[in-house]
Amino acid sequence: MARSPFRLALARFLKNRMAVACTLLLALIVALCFLGPLFFPFTGEDSDFDNISAPIDLFSAHPFGTDDFGRDLLVRVMEGGQVSLTIGFLGALAAGVIGTLYGAVAGFAGGRLDRLMMAAVEVLYGFPYVILVVLLSMLLGGGNIALFAAIVFTLWLTPATIVRAQAQSLARREFIEAARAGGMTNTAIVLQHIVPNTMVLVLVYGSLLVPEVILSESFLSFLGIGIKEPQASWGNLIEAGTAQMETDLRLLALPGGLLALVLFSLNFIADGLRDAFDPKERL
Amino acid sequence: MILEARNLSVAYPLPRGLISRPAPLTVVHDVSFRLERGKTLGIVGESGCGKSTLGRALLHLLPAAKGEVLWAGENPAQMAPETLRKARAKRQIIFQDPIAALDPRMTVLKSLTRPLATFEPGITRAESRDRAAEVLQRTGLSADYLARYPHELSGGQAQRVGIARALIARPEVIICDEPVSALDVSIQAQVVNLLLDLQEDLGLALVFISHNLAVVRQMADEVMVMCLGRVVEQAPAEAFHLSPQHPYSQALRQAVPEPDPLAERSRRGKALQGELPSVHAPPPGCVFASRCDRARPECRTTRPELAPRGAALVACPY
Ligand SMILES: Nc1ncnc2c1ncn2[C@@H]1O[C@H](COP(=O)(O)OP(=O)(O)OP(=O)(O)O)[C@@H](O)[C@H]1O
Ligand SMILES: [Mg+2]
Repeated sequence: MARSPFRLALARFLKNRMAVACTLLLALIVALCFLGPLFFPFTGEDSDFDNISAPIDLFSAHPFGTDDFGRDLLVRVMEGGQVSLTIGFLGALAAGVIGTLYGAVAGFAGGRLDRLMMAAVEVLYGFPYVILVVLLSMLLGGGNIALFAAIVFTLWLTPATIVRAQAQSLARREFIEAARAGGMTNTAIVLQHIVPNTMVLVLVYGSLLVPEVILSESFLSFLGIGIKEPQASWGNLIEAGTAQMETDLRLLALPGGLLALVLFSLNFIADGLRDAFDPKERL
Repeated sequence: MILEARNLSVAYPLPRGLISRPAPLTVVHDVSFRLERGKTLGIVGESGCGKSTLGRALLHLLPAAKGEVLWAGENPAQMAPETLRKARAKRQIIFQDPIAALDPRMTVLKSLTRPLATFEPGITRAESRDRAAEVLQRTGLSADYLARYPHELSGGQAQRVGIARALIARPEVIICDEPVSALDVSIQAQVVNLLLDLQEDLGLALVFISHNLAVVRQMADEVMVMCLGRVVEQAPAEAFHLSPQHPYSQALRQAVPEPDPLAERSRRGKALQGELPSVHAPPPGCVFASRCDRARPECRTTRPELAPRGAALVACPY
């Protein structure tokens, strides 16, 4: 039975215990955030005025207590996780797709088009990140979509550079010349030969991009230009928690801990993917 | 005339700054030949002399810098893009590195049928699968190999797949760019014989590129010897094999190992000596002068043109 390079790599990945454990942990956290709130009769924006700043009591209605508006901390952290994880994965996906297509075209085309396209990337790299995001979210009228667009807009640059380098070396390979001799158009070659052969790289880099997007969102929320109260995100929960960390560490520890776990597991997943797809091993 | 080159020169752009126009580096100069149906043109020359570049230009994978290529009388550079894409069906190429010539993420089936999707758009899945199996069998591999990925093939098997891919759209000309150099000696002969059989059965014209004179000797009807991007000798194969005329051709022949140990020892004594000029700074005179034991002072200053000598064209007046 023929085994595709992808299947072989998957088999290697599954042998990596740490990577598999981290994948399970991540899946667990995602499931917790998206399914957990269903088991509570209130949302994270509902205040329980009888229980303001309730402490941890695992067997009460608020297992991890409430904040100073009487909102359930666990539910808020899970709902915030939905926002942060969605932005993280969708953002990484969007930045990955845009970067891949851009880099594949530049690297394959070469010559003047390539130089122009990469000069544009350089210019965008040179822009101070925060200013760019603030400008963009002002331009797009604020809101979560604007925030998302702004994050993606700053994060597609690195995948574009990485893919472009790979596309450049692929473009010189003989199978690309064979494809041209086989009458394929440039568009078909980019989409059917170049892009699929950069997918591994994008997958590995993309798994590192997810935490980067989540951190970006958190950082911007922290600065007050991200997700706005009363909607929760890990970023603004951590910000709120930091303000009170001397009196009530719990408000910081729960969102901060989950975020740390997600970042930690994504890093090991990325490591596992890179080892599994190691180009030094013959695919 | 199925394939023809007229005073063909080929250049690579050298990358420079963002604004300045790159100055092209010409690596193939002024090549002319005519190739008929069913015939083989052998191209020999040492590494870096421009054989692959010429081969790619003949398929219009690289543009001609000067002169022209003619496909059955038509210049591909002047075809409309759609016409050109369709015309490519009749002109195919096989490569030196057979594994690199296959997309690592495609099965053999996909690599073989992809050209059919372009050249015969109406073809059904079952038909193209049958064609792939048929052409694969023609190269000596069973249909079981259709499901394999390139990393599951040996070099010889991968080269057969490469040949099958070149054959599937029923071409008239195949450029063979050192198709056996990367293979084990034991498999080289099999692949060469496969190509000869296919040529006979299908009436293919071949351009057979090699740095190995012995292989070219077996295949070619006409031999073209290249040195540093220029043709130094062009002759019918029999005449060439009896007596190569250009000193460079003679040196190449010396480089073919002799079975007889005594002849082999004297052959080694005459190995090429002297410095190989760079393509970036080609000499004003004869491209071989720096290594020629018969070179005269004028050889280094004026370049001898190709001139008829017997049945051959030779770029050396001495
Ligand atoms: N993409 C490129 N850009 C610039 N120069 C190139 C490029 N490809 C090849 N060259 C140069 O062109 C010259 C001819 O190269 P080519 O590959 O045609 O030689 P060759 O005769 O096929 O050699 P070999 O026997 O090693 O395959 C070499 O000097 C090489 O350095
Ligand atoms: Mg070559």
